[in-house]
Amino acid sequence: MLEVLTNGALNIVVDSGRYGFMGIGVSHAGPMDALALDIANALVDNDPEAAAIEVSIFPFRVAFLADMVIAVTGAPCTAELGRRRIPPYWATRARAGDILSLHPPELGARAYLAAAGGLAVSPVLGSRSTEVKGSFGGLQGRALRRGDRLDVDLEEADEQSFPHGAAGFGVLTETLTAYWRELHTGTVKLRVLPAAEYNEFTERARRDFAKASYQVTGESNRTGARLSGDPLALRFRRELLSHGIVPGTIQVPPSGEPIVQLVEANTCGGYPKIATVIECDLWKCGQMRPRTRLTFQLVDLEEAIEALKDDAAELQELKNTVRGQSCRTPMPS
Amino acid sequence: MEHDPRVSHAGAGGILFDVAGESFELAKQHRLWALAESLAAQPIPGLRETVLGINNVLLIVDPLVTHPGRVTEQLLRRWETVEPSVPDSRDVEIDVQYGGEGGEDLASIAAHAGMSANEVVEVHSGAVYTVACLGSMPGFPYLVGLPSRLHVPRRKVPRLRLREGSVIIAGAQASVLPCAGPCGWHVLGWAGVSLFDPEAPVPCLLAPGDRVHFRSESID
Repeated sequence: MLEVLTNGALNIVVDSGRYGFMGIGVSHAGPMDALALDIANALVDNDPEAAAIEVSIFPFRVAFLADMVIAVTGAPCTAELGRRRIPPYWATRARAGDILSLHPPELGARAYLAAAGGLAVSPVLGSRSTEVKGSFGGLQGRALRRGDRLDVDLEEADEQSFPHGAAGFGVLTETLTAYWRELHTGTVKLRVLPAAEYNEFTERARRDFAKASYQVTGESNRTGARLSGDPLALRFRRELLSHGIVPGTIQVPPSGEPIVQLVEANTCGGYPKIATVIECDLWKCGQMRPRTRLTFQLVDLEEAIEALKDDAAELQELKNTVRGQSCRTPMPS
Repeated sequence: MEHDPRVSHAGAGGILFDVAGESFELAKQHRLWALAESLAAQPIPGLRETVLGINNVLLIVDPLVTHPGRVTEQLLRRWETVEPSVPDSRDVEIDVQYGGEGGEDLASIAAHAGMSANEVVEVHSGAVYTVACLGSMPGFPYLVGLPSRLHVPRRKVPRLRLREGSVIIAGAQASVLPCAGPCGWHVLGWAGVSLFDPEAPVPCLLAPGDRVHFRSESID
């Protein structure tokens, strides 16, 4: 069990997301940075569907009430387990009584804390993710508060596979360090695929969209990121009937300033859509902050599919590396 | 004249299949219901979501399982051959307390439509609505069948919060809010009805094809 020691209106329980219910208006929810959650779960040898904590409000502090193996990933932040500093993307053993503190990150916006075995909250509609808008899932459908206690499914945890007594281990991929470099410059490039109304925008709008940069505004959260920048004009206005939209959809409301729909977006919308952030780059949106600048690189369908294949291969390689590290360490007698 | 379906991509795995013309057509929605049924009965491998819209449907597939090009071929073939169907549907009555605190826009809608508040209630509760689809937020029904006399464009400035159970209209559409939230529609009244319960075996009160009848419980 672990106990939350700090309040945070945006610190929530998430798993890989809620799928199969968009048809009744239920969004995927799940992690804003799905790559960080995937790696956190891989580091502690969890199933990819295991639930963890998404931390958006810092400092975040949690006390471990039992021995467990944990991983911290996501935004590179100063993390302390007791007095020991934990590097980014790191797994280690926590002892009963230890306190973990996550301090505000220098880069990025969200950190993830996974425990071997996963958080044992009840699934609702097939997922343990908190649905903030609908107030269900996660822990009682709400953000974590000081005093909340979360059970860890220790029976699911494979303690044997973790190196006992070691300071732990971590992984850093070229993809992650490259993205941190981008965040450091303040401008992030997202790959996008043209969407339904792309050709209904003026030539100038399409040129601006591909060349100019857009800034994330303060009106951004798990439902979407509002951007400011050159307004994008349509050649003509027409009323669209409501239609399903995916996370990553870049809508253009009448103001002309785009909105990137994210994991808790409404499942249907009516605004024209210029493009969609490809699935592989969605995790990057989870680490953008107000004032981060975005540029959009248009890709085609085959490139978007190839990117998915590359990412799946990279994640598999990372999982193999993690397994290799665990197995190389001699088992305690 | 019937348009060819417009197919567009929503990321690598999203396919938006849009058969809409200038305005909503119930006959096309009947064919879309049948298409959705066919997808449920004989799914395309890798299909993760089927999201019915108003005269359109969005599919989300794993593009590494079935290439989106093949999904599009399948959709076009099924669309050509599908027989319109009306799903097993029910009649649902919803009691409404019109006007007052829970129906702040009743007076302004009446003024806009050149009617008295009582006449607005008569027109709104006299019509039979059909659930075209669910979406946007959990359990939210898109109702068609609002009489044209009550067609009013959305509010210029959305309200930051409307309560659960708000009975609302905008343009040609009508609905009831399943949970509290920001809303740009006009609110005519309030109904003590639960439209969504994530813990229930069937989480939504309404399903596509259901007919909704509003009854006037009170007018304030």
